[in-house]
Amino acid sequence: MENRSLVTIAEHSKERIMYLLEMAKEFEKKPNRHLLDQKIVATLFFEPSTRTRLSFETAANRLGAKVIGFTDPKVTSSSKGETLKDTIMMVSNYADIIVMRHYLEGAARYASEVTRVPIVNAGDGANQHPSQTMLDLYSIYKTQGTLENLNIYLVGDLKYGRTVHSLLMAMRHFNPTFHFIAPDELKMPEEYKLYCKQHNIKYIEHTDFTSETIADADILYMTRVQRERFTDLMEYERVKDVYILRNKMLEHTRPNLKILHPLPRVNEIAYDVDDNEKAYYFQQAQNGLYAREAILCDVLGITLDEVKADTLK
Amino acid sequence: MSDKKELQVAALENGTVIDHIPSDKLFTVVSLLNLQKINTNITIGNNFESKKLGKKGIIKIADKFFTPDEINRLSVIAPNIRLNIIRNYEVVEKKQVVMPDELKGIVKCNNPKCITNNEPMTTWFHVIDKEKGVLKCHYCEKEQQKDNIKLI
Repeated sequence: MENRSLVTIAEHSKERIMYLLEMAKEFEKKPNRHLLDQKIVATLFFEPSTRTRLSFETAANRLGAKVIGFTDPKVTSSSKGETLKDTIMMVSNYADIIVMRHYLEGAARYASEVTRVPIVNAGDGANQHPSQTMLDLYSIYKTQGTLENLNIYLVGDLKYGRTVHSLLMAMRHFNPTFHFIAPDELKMPEEYKLYCKQHNIKYIEHTDFTSETIADADILYMTRVQRERFTDLMEYERVKDVYILRNKMLEHTRPNLKILHPLPRVNEIAYDVDDNEKAYYFQQAQNGLYAREAILCDVLGITLDEVKADTLK
Repeated sequence: MSDKKELQVAALENGTVIDHIPSDKLFTVVSLLNLQKINTNITIGNNFESKKLGKKGIIKIADKFFTPDEINRLSVIAPNIRLNIIRNYEVVEKKQVVMPDELKGIVKCNNPKCITNNEPMTTWFHVIDKEKGVLKCHYCEKEQQKDNIKLI
C-alpha cells in the first residue's frame, strides 16, 4: 500500500501544492463534514505545542473523526524508555492517522517508515513543520489572490526560524522576491541564500526595519526575536526594539499588504497594529484549520473531487 | 613484473588483495569488511612504502571475493583503495571503490538531535555530491562533509 504520509512539503511540486490549497478552500466554504466518520486520529505530542494540537484536533473533530492521544510526554511510556518505533507500532493498532510532534529531527520520517498508518508531521525539532507552511501558503494565496510574483518580507529571527525557511523553499515555484530583514546575529543562513541562487529566487538583505524598507511589501512575515538566541546580550539589547512593527509604519504601505506571524507573538508586533485591516495573523491561524482538514483527508486518499462533491451535499 | 613490490608478503593463490590503503585507515578497513569474522588466511601489512601515499597498508585475503556493496562501503574512508582479484596466482581483475548513491548503517549522523542518534535504528545517507563527498541524512536532512564523518 502506498504510504501517503505528510513528512515535508519541500519536495512537493507546484501542482501538488495548488491541489492541497484548492482542497483547503473547499473546507473554508464548509468546515463541518462527515468525511472522517468512524475514523480515529491519534495526536502524539512528544513535546507540547498547544496551538498546533488544538488546530489538528479541531480539524479532526470538524471532519467527524474521533481523537485519541497524549499532550504531555511525561505521562507516556517514552519517559520510561520506550522507543519511538514501539510507541508508533502500538498506536498503529488503534488509529487511522497519526499526527505527531517530536523534539528530534527526522522522527516523522522514521515513523512513516515503520508503520502503514499515515503519519502527519506536526513538527520534528528544527526540521520540518509542513502544516504550518501549508497554512502560510494558503493565507498568502487567499489574501493576494495568487502566489505568483509577490514581494515577501521576512522579518526578525531568520537564522533559527523554521517557518521562514520552509516558506522560502515552498515559494520557489512562484517567482517571489524576498526581502530578509534581520539583525546580523540572526540573519538568513548561507545555505538558504545558496538555495535561493540555485532556484533563481531573488532576495535583498536589510538590517534596518523602517516604513521605507517595507513600502513595496505584499506580505510582511514577522517572527519573534528571542533573547536566548543571542550570544551577546548587549547586541540583544541594542536590536530588540528595532524589529518591532508599529501601526504608524504601515501608513505608506501597499493597500494589499497583509501581516503574517506564526504566533505566539510577544512584543514584535505592537498591539496598535491589531486593529489595522492589514493585520492578518489571527485569520492566518484560522486558515490553519482548513489547511489541516485538507491534510487529514489527503493522507487518507480522499481526493479533491470527492471533497468538492461533498461541498454540494 | 610490476607486481614485485606487492609481493613483500606471501603470494596469494586465490582471493583478494586490497592495496593502497592509507596506513591510518587500515584497521578501519578491517572492521568495515568484517575481516575478524573470516576464517581463511589473511595477511595484513602496514606502513609499506608507497609513492602515492607515503605509507600504505595492504590486506590479502585468501578465497574471499567481495560484493560491490561490501567494497563500496570503503569509499567514505579511502576512495583510492584498489582491489586485485587473484585466481591461480594471477591478477584477473582490478577493482576500484565507487562512492554509492546511498550509505546505510556505515556513517553516524553528526546532528545530536537527529532521530538516528536517539533510537536503535540504521542510519541512512544520500550522497548528494560525489566529488566533494557531501552526504545528506535521510532523516534529519542535515548535510555533512565526508571529511568530518564518524563511522558507526
